[in-house]
Amino acid sequence: MTNLPSTEFHPRWYRARVSTYWWMGSWRYLLFILRELTSVAVAWSVVLTLLLLRALLNGPEAYSRFMHRMQSPWMIAFNVIAFCFLLLHTITWFNLAPRAMPVRVGGKRVPEFLVAAPNYVLWVVASAAIAWFVLRAS
Amino acid sequence: MSKPSNEGFFWLLFSAGGVVAAVFIPIHLFLFGLAFPLGWLPQPSYEHLLALAQSPLAKMYLFVLCSLPLFHWAHRFRFTVYDGLQVKHLNEVVLVFCYGGAVLGTLVSGYVLLRM
Amino acid sequence: MADKIVLEIARYAPETDEKPSFQSFEVPFRKEWVVLDALNHIKDKLDGSLTYRWSCRMGVCGSCGMMVNGEPKLTCATFLSSYGNGAKVRVEPLRYFPVIRDLVTALSDFLVKLQSVKPWLIRKDEPPLSAGEFLQTPEQLDLYKQFSMCINCTLCYAACPVVGLEPSFVGPAALALAQRYNMDNRDQGAQERLGLLAHPEGIWGCTFVGECTRVCPKHVDPAGAIQQYKLKAALEWVKSFVLPRGHDEDSTEVRS
Repeated sequence: MTNLPSTEFHPRWYRARVSTYWWMGSWRYLLFILRELTSVAVAWSVVLTLLLLRALLNGPEAYSRFMHRMQSPWMIAFNVIAFCFLLLHTITWFNLAPRAMPVRVGGKRVPEFLVAAPNYVLWVVASAAIAWFVLRAS
Repeated sequence: MSKPSNEGFFWLLFSAGGVVAAVFIPIHLFLFGLAFPLGWLPQPSYEHLLALAQSPLAKMYLFVLCSLPLFHWAHRFRFTVYDGLQVKHLNEVVLVFCYGGAVLGTLVSGYVLLRM
Repeated sequence: MADKIVLEIARYAPETDEKPSFQSFEVPFRKEWVVLDALNHIKDKLDGSLTYRWSCRMGVCGSCGMMVNGEPKLTCATFLSSYGNGAKVRVEPLRYFPVIRDLVTALSDFLVKLQSVKPWLIRKDEPPLSAGEFLQTPEQLDLYKQFSMCINCTLCYAACPVVGLEPSFVGPAALALAQRYNMDNRDQGAQERLGLLAHPEGIWGCTFVGECTRVCPKHVDPAGAIQQYKLKAALEWVKSFVLPRGHDEDSTEVRS
């Protein structure tokens, strides 16, 4: 910042520069960045699904090779971390969604946890349904 | 009045992708990334999974699952890169990487699902 | 033995200093004192040159906002007892604003941003006086009342990282106040404000960190206001796409 001298009628203001590591300044900022980074875990899950679909296209050996590769310890560790990020995304998403769409019933604002709750129910039901389809005849 | 900025469109994609990602993505990673490799649940046979993926309903579902969340990632990652690395001057590069990546993923999933 | 508490206060004298430095003051630790009382004690008894803003000392004027131990707070509403007897309390000017002297920040930027959102009732037509007053039901009031509680204390600006990273970002309070007028059924300026704010330095600069809502002393929830505004703007974009011509602006006002 150019340092203009203090004049009688305009003192030189001090402007602090925002550090590149601003997000380490408080745990809340850090949590925010982690929340934003959950999108990487989401993208990874999509890539994984596409790789699975490609393996299915290429035949039973490709499928077993894919499933075998998923068993490697590094892959498991990576997916554990990715899954934690996915949970972070789901929880923060459901908890914050009511703020963008305030629900009013009879002129009164519905409390946020009541708006968030059905989302969790939907999540459980949808997950159970998908799991059922996949596991039906194994 | 000037026409509203196109950011609104990308935000809607981000939101839709965020909902799909929140509701449907976790179970997929749980099953194929953890439960099957670790033996918590019996692994589905190739024939069953292939038949499942070939059904028209599944194809539509999988297409949505593999495209919208990518646009969610694109939008969120773009802003994280701006804020985290303060690289506003590389704006075009970031946009191409993010939304280009999402478009590429969408095309790939469309291609794979068509060929199934 | 009297109880004491130490305040480490940021000092900056533009005539002589290049950047701020800290000065420690020991003040009595009184159960009923707030940080503002401690600052007044310092100015009265210890160092008369300490410079800071304050006015109502009861949390309605928004003048006394400062960073206390790294958190944006109204110093008239922050009790010394929260920090404990013998503690060290760091007092600095609000973050992300230029500092004029000691704890005083330059607010001109914020005031320009505030004015830019047109925070007043915009009317396209003025009904005649004979039509009487605007009547508003409690439900209609409830739609915007929360956002009208803003006291312009700018604590939200000090909490928002986007304000720090993007100096031209309009910011939480201004956007919440814009939404306050958008949601007021007496106002006919929503389209006009949308044109002014639906761009990357307006609502689209916000990444919903949510810190603004957390630090707001009047529970305005600016983050919620901005997300609602985003949804509205996005739907307006869809409308402009689907009906590019002849889509009427704000003509459907229901007057009760």
